[in-house]
Amino acid sequence: MSWGLDGVSVERGAVTVLGAVTLEVTKGEIVAVVGGDGAGKSTLLAALAGLIRPSSGTIRRPERSRIGFLPASSGVYPDLTVSENLRFAASVYGLPERIAADRIRTLLERTGLAGAADRLGGRLSGGMRQKLGVARAMLHQPDLLILDEPTTGVDPVSRSDLWWLLTREVARGCAVVLSTTYLDEADRAGHVVVLRSGRVLTEGTPAAITAAVPGTLRTVAFRPAAPFAWRRGRTWRAWSADGGPDGDRVEPDLQDAVVLATLRAEGRP
Amino acid sequence: MTELLARCAAVSHRYGTHTVLDVVNLEVPTGEVVGLLGANGAGKTTLIRILLGLLAPSSGSVSLLGAAPSRRARSRIGYVPQSLGLYEDLTAAENLDFTAAAFGGRTASLPAALAVPPGVLAGRLPLGLQRRLAFATAFAHSPRLYVLDEPTSGVDPLARTRLWDVIRDVADNGAGVLVTTHSMEEAEECDRLVMLAAGRVVADGTVAGIVGHSQVVTVTGDDWPGALSALERAGLRPSLVGRSLRVPGTDLAAARIALSGTGARARLAPATLEERFVELTAS
Repeated sequence: MSWGLDGVSVERGAVTVLGAVTLEVTKGEIVAVVGGDGAGKSTLLAALAGLIRPSSGTIRRPERSRIGFLPASSGVYPDLTVSENLRFAASVYGLPERIAADRIRTLLERTGLAGAADRLGGRLSGGMRQKLGVARAMLHQPDLLILDEPTTGVDPVSRSDLWWLLTREVARGCAVVLSTTYLDEADRAGHVVVLRSGRVLTEGTPAAITAAVPGTLRTVAFRPAAPFAWRRGRTWRAWSADGGPDGDRVEPDLQDAVVLATLRAEGRP
Repeated sequence: MTELLARCAAVSHRYGTHTVLDVVNLEVPTGEVVGLLGANGAGKTTLIRILLGLLAPSSGSVSLLGAAPSRRARSRIGYVPQSLGLYEDLTAAENLDFTAAAFGGRTASLPAALAVPPGVLAGRLPLGLQRRLAFATAFAHSPRLYVLDEPTSGVDPLARTRLWDVIRDVADNGAGVLVTTHSMEEAEECDRLVMLAAGRVVADGTVAGIVGHSQVVTVTGDDWPGALSALERAGLRPSLVGRSLRVPGTDLAAARIALSGTGARARLAPATLEERFVELTAS
């Protein structure tokens, strides 16, 4: 089964928040939506979840009870404890008591939150709050899991736990779409959609996106005069549409590909 | 000439019987961007507070700009918290003026990369420009040491490389930079990383030096969900990358035993910085 958006636009007044975006989310796959603040990631995910009505285009999604959604704010109730947050969600989803208790116990253990089960949601660290939000979104074993920046502000150890949890969901046949600002994280997804100002800048498997980079990319030790250049650590990347004489040729990674695509979309460095 | 702008020597800190920092050494010299990494609760915030002189360590010594941390030394530090510390109902220009006044009126002219629309309320700026403004307010009083918390979090990849360009420039011009971050992309921009786990330094070096030749088991096969179950039965927590699994916390032999009969193939691949971090934190 596949879900997604077909030519979806969202307008707010004269502003196009999302412009004719098409996105395919397939069962057993993770799709990563990448972009900075204001790129339209949250709008795209909320539209897919049915929380925003698009101005045009069509949306394919399962019925609401088969969707799991993590909003960017994590949606954790600060005045409920960790286990109360999960029990409340279970009752909203209408899970039978015994199944709910079983799943909550397992999820608490897998997220490493078992020791914090009685702590208030408002007293969790950023990483714990995100893990609780994700656990809550997957509690009813949805067909489509929509996660808005599940790992932002999450430390690498918790991020690794979260990816294991997502992997299990995908293995069970769930379709997962998540947004992230981390390109190294997007690099793990089966399909990446890069948004800029509400439009798709580039998309594909990470390998396809980097393979499609045209021209020549070089790494150079000093700030290049080339118009399409950017810094990476102590060195620079310099791109030219054709070959170039100096420096070492380098294979672009996802970060290079997205930076270059953004520069070319701007039409100037 | 290189000098140490910040130095923690054998710093330990205890709250009651709980040891938050255990004999930690940290040095930030001029011209260097040092990344401080650690899981939540590893002690990063406590270490920064001690470094700035906002908290006295239980033992060990601290120097900031060559002396014990003081209010005077702190005035030569550019600190940008993750919350940015901007006055949202002041304009960008007013934020710059206010901070300049608070720091005694010294103002450096801002490079083009730090330009922000002056008349717009800081709270109305998009996050990328807010980050730029926060960095500009720190930059304007020409600090010798910058302390930056996830300086490019949430901004798009191009804006991120532009901000890092400015950060690298201040280091090239002789400032020291201490960055705390959970982002491996930011960590890879640093000259040197110090990794904290449970209050101890578990690694100190360049990205290449820390990752070294460490490897991680990767598993491929037509039935990766079947391989996942087999690995989980062995107590492992694999994660999906594309159509293959990466399996931290095991070696090739153990992974192959766990996978026997599944038809999946296990091999070794170079570990990422994040995988190395998780490994060092777990051990």
